[in-house]
Amino acid sequence: MILKGKSHKFGDDINTDDIIAAKYLVTTDPVELGKKCMETIDPDFVKQVNKGDIIVAGKNFGCGSSREHAPIAIKGVGISCVIAKSFARIFYRNAINIGLPIIEIAQADEINNGDELEIELVKGEIKNISQGKAYKSQGFPEFMQKIVESGGLMQWIAKEKR
Amino acid sequence: MSYTITEKILLAHTPGKKDIHSGEFIWAKVDLALANDITAPLAIEEFRKSGAKKVFDAKRVVLVPDHFTPAKDLRSANQAKILYDFAKEYRIKNYFEIGQMGIEHALLPERGFIHPGDLIIGADSHTCTYGALGAFSTGMGSTDIAASWITGHAWFRVPQTIKFIYTGKLKKWVSGKDLILYTIGDIGVDGALYKAMEFCGPVIQKLGIDSRLTMCNMAIEAGGKSGIIEPDAVTSEYIREVHSQQSTVHRKKKKLWTMNRGLLTNLRSDKYAQYSDIKEYDISKLEPQVACPHLPSNVKPVSELSNVKVHQVVIGSCTNGRISDLRVAAKVMKGRFVKSYVRAIIIPATQTIYMQAIKEGLIDIFAKAGCVISTSTCGPCLGGHCGILTEGEVAITTTNRNFIGRMGSPKSFVYLANPAVAAASAVMGRIAHPEEVI
Repeated sequence: MILKGKSHKFGDDINTDDIIAAKYLVTTDPVELGKKCMETIDPDFVKQVNKGDIIVAGKNFGCGSSREHAPIAIKGVGISCVIAKSFARIFYRNAINIGLPIIEIAQADEINNGDELEIELVKGEIKNISQGKAYKSQGFPEFMQKIVESGGLMQWIAKEKR
Repeated sequence: MSYTITEKILLAHTPGKKDIHSGEFIWAKVDLALANDITAPLAIEEFRKSGAKKVFDAKRVVLVPDHFTPAKDLRSANQAKILYDFAKEYRIKNYFEIGQMGIEHALLPERGFIHPGDLIIGADSHTCTYGALGAFSTGMGSTDIAASWITGHAWFRVPQTIKFIYTGKLKKWVSGKDLILYTIGDIGVDGALYKAMEFCGPVIQKLGIDSRLTMCNMAIEAGGKSGIIEPDAVTSEYIREVHSQQSTVHRKKKKLWTMNRGLLTNLRSDKYAQYSDIKEYDISKLEPQVACPHLPSNVKPVSELSNVKVHQVVIGSCTNGRISDLRVAAKVMKGRFVKSYVRAIIIPATQTIYMQAIKEGLIDIFAKAGCVISTSTCGPCLGGHCGILTEGEVAITTTNRNFIGRMGSPKSFVYLANPAVAAASAVMGRIAHPEEVI
């Protein structure tokens, strides 16, 4: 699968309260949650996102609370993939479990806000069209790749563990 | 093979496995799978979508509506009802209604649900709290919990462990909260990313269970997968006491514990166990620590912050709402008054703690000092209800996170501290060391 979109840059340690504030956790609806995505730290973010765009962040993206509403809100607003230098543990699991593509690369800093990116997910390859550069991620460990390929955790257990 | 306590527990819960190494993926049995009124609705949605007919074991599913309860508005009431309906339909007895409950991570240990050697998962990041009793416990998302309710298992990547050794003698007014804030300040909010944090050393051995729970509770604030303390005489005494007060739960839970006993007779890290890092802190000179906005790692000694005025003080939460927390806060507040223009909110973490605080006269002290006393709820900790900050306001609180907007307005400021410091700050109207008051 190839994902294409514009990058929206965020810094280090973006926490799940930033991604979706607790006061909005009275619903599980992706579209409604998406409307409030990143509101606390960037109230204009939602207005600037076009479907398929990509979040690019620093280290420890998604730290804090375990709320799965965070990756759901990111999907809900139309983001196709999150690239970061590193992900907080629970967010990483949640993204894999619900099928939000995530990619870890050390060079996330090199990507500028607004860069046009093209991602080949299976290979973990990112093309920065604006800068004419390419990056490659390590990819998921084999165990996680199976969950990703199944389309998420529930699909994986339906296939493998029941 | 030499193992850490964490590796031993994970190995014991993975049937058929003979050996274990960090970095490996395992599909392990869970002793308990917990969710709350924010995370359970999503888990229940996934569970129902899967077409599952029953939960793997109703006794091992725990539902605690504690975040937006008593329901703060209609939509929260709707969310809470999803738990209630699910519990009834699937005969989940471990559903804890307000008035008979508490904040999940204070409630479960108190009700005898947690035992050394258990493997516990919860759809709440502070599930790591239970490591204080020598269990492996970790937070996950709702879908993970839904999967465990169906299969009785969860997948784990076996974590590396960082060992933290605390030596010296704790000064007065310094507690587990200060040790963990200091540690997070040292290693940063991702200093233990994906790793187990093992707390040990002479200081930990002397630490009471409440302070141990506080420390493990905040492992997640350093990015940790879990926090853990080897069970010892303090742990056994706590569990014995809890069980003597909870006869029915005791009998049920004893069975879970028996299942593990054969495999987990020596619940300590082996002498030659592998650690990714070992940190040693001499804490003899440590004064109470305060995490400044907007990260739990932005830690300073309390004495450097005496010019910070506060509008609100919160003493409660899964981090510091236990009886010993209330005792130390009451000690500071006794015969004194909350400064005018300051709101002090006291939230005993469970109904049992609330009743104990009444019995000991603590609630009387707080009420006379001009505090608000709330029923158990996570409420203000996550900016839910019961004490939201507006623009420009400053709070000092015994909770666990001080992210931007965590307690309300994105333009408010949250400082994290121990209960004695929070109480002293309520009296002074600014961040204060308890010795400035007493």
